[in-house]
Amino acid sequence: MERQIRYQREADLEWAQQFPKHPGCERLLSCIQCGTCSGTCPLSIYMDLTPRQVIALVREGFREDVLRSKTIWLCASCYACSVECPQKVGITDLMYRLKREAIRNNLYPARFPIPVLAREFCELVRRKGRNSEFWVVVRMALRSNPLVLLQLVRVGWDLWRTGRLSVRMERIRRVKELQYLPTASKEVD
Amino acid sequence: MEPPSKYLYYPGCSLKGTGIAYEESLLTTLRLLELPVEELSDWNCCGATTYMSVSERSATLLAARNLALARQTGSKHLLAPCNACYLTLRKSQKLVSEYPQVAQQVEQYLQQAGLPSLDSVQVRHPLEVLYNDVGLQRLRELTVRRLQGVRMASYYGCQAVRPYGEVDDPRDPKRMDEILKAVGVDVVDYNLKTKCCGGPLTGTIHDLGVRLNYILLKEAVRQGAQAIVTICPLCQFNLDAYQTEIRKHTGEPFDMPILYLTQVVGWALGGDFHELGLHRAISGKKLIERWFTVKKEAETYV
Repeated sequence: MERQIRYQREADLEWAQQFPKHPGCERLLSCIQCGTCSGTCPLSIYMDLTPRQVIALVREGFREDVLRSKTIWLCASCYACSVECPQKVGITDLMYRLKREAIRNNLYPARFPIPVLAREFCELVRRKGRNSEFWVVVRMALRSNPLVLLQLVRVGWDLWRTGRLSVRMERIRRVKELQYLPTASKEVD
Repeated sequence: MEPPSKYLYYPGCSLKGTGIAYEESLLTTLRLLELPVEELSDWNCCGATTYMSVSERSATLLAARNLALARQTGSKHLLAPCNACYLTLRKSQKLVSEYPQVAQQVEQYLQQAGLPSLDSVQVRHPLEVLYNDVGLQRLRELTVRRLQGVRMASYYGCQAVRPYGEVDDPRDPKRMDEILKAVGVDVVDYNLKTKCCGGPLTGTIHDLGVRLNYILLKEAVRQGAQAIVTICPLCQFNLDAYQTEIRKHTGEPFDMPILYLTQVVGWALGGDFHELGLHRAISGKKLIERWFTVKKEAETYV
């Protein structure tokens, strides 16, 4: 049997302390653990940790538990929690901050399609300046679960026959203006 | 509010692809309202909900490039019809105005890229333009066709009404109902107006995304709606494209038109079926054809 709770000595308090400095997370320590975020979240019933638990774990410094959770990726950034939070904690911004750290450190569940989509999307936009819906989906599927493509055949056909599916690779004219965007680094922004 | 002399139009990626009917109906509606509009030249992707999860800095800079391009034109009103574009552009503006370090990064990037520094560009949403700049009274006066006896549910999706926007009240939005009523549509009371459709989840964790949309459709039917009216290309796509699958899984006979607000308003103002992109629907095609067919005598009863 494995113990189901964490001990304080496994926590990384230094890691926890950087959060209140981050844009949107300033009021993290004001969280009263009321659970309004979890109650408002349309996806919390599918999450391994509820948003309220994520806040508690972040504050106590349980870094890996949070970064390896599916919760941060299931957050669709609908901002319902941020609007409803009585303590005005920017929960969506906290989730974004955690996603970035998980991506930088490759700490997400293997072949989990959401972070794979994020990576493919950003790579394409960074190079071309625009997103091409069709190609992002294809690349995501190839790198996570190609079977997804089978599910999408029907929808693809429906979009095609109504003139809503473009397979063109979109790009902006002045792509050179994108070369000044910061390059990927280990540092989490 | 007096409408500006010209709106700048920021389409975003969806309005050139899956959401092309939104572009068609928006431009048609603006033309019928005699509001001049021009597409922002060489716009780039706003970064959507996704770029923020890889780099907040790059996401803000991408949005800033669009705002800087907008400044180079004569208009200060940037129209962003997609909810994700609207939120992202406004969120970046907020980060720039509240965090000096972000403002500095943006300034530095724009300089390197040879773009002008940011100025007070207003990011606008079509719903709020119809409500504020055009106004209900004017919409009532300009209505030439009424969709009598059709009950619709207004659905905002999540991001347009959330922290950075001024589209409507985030908890209990009513403006879309008022606009629809002004052009002669019956609206039902729909509790899930701002409940998230899951966004890109239908493409990633497919069954989960589809389930969220099932809830939205089921509640609309329960409230007696015959159609859902949306203001976001992703909401429209999710609700429209997966009804066949939902029918198969649940056995419930969904075949509901998912319309854009600009299609309904544009039709009421006298727009053409194809010019409003009404032929691009996947679900509820028969109802759409029945409702939006010009019957000679029907047009005269207004």
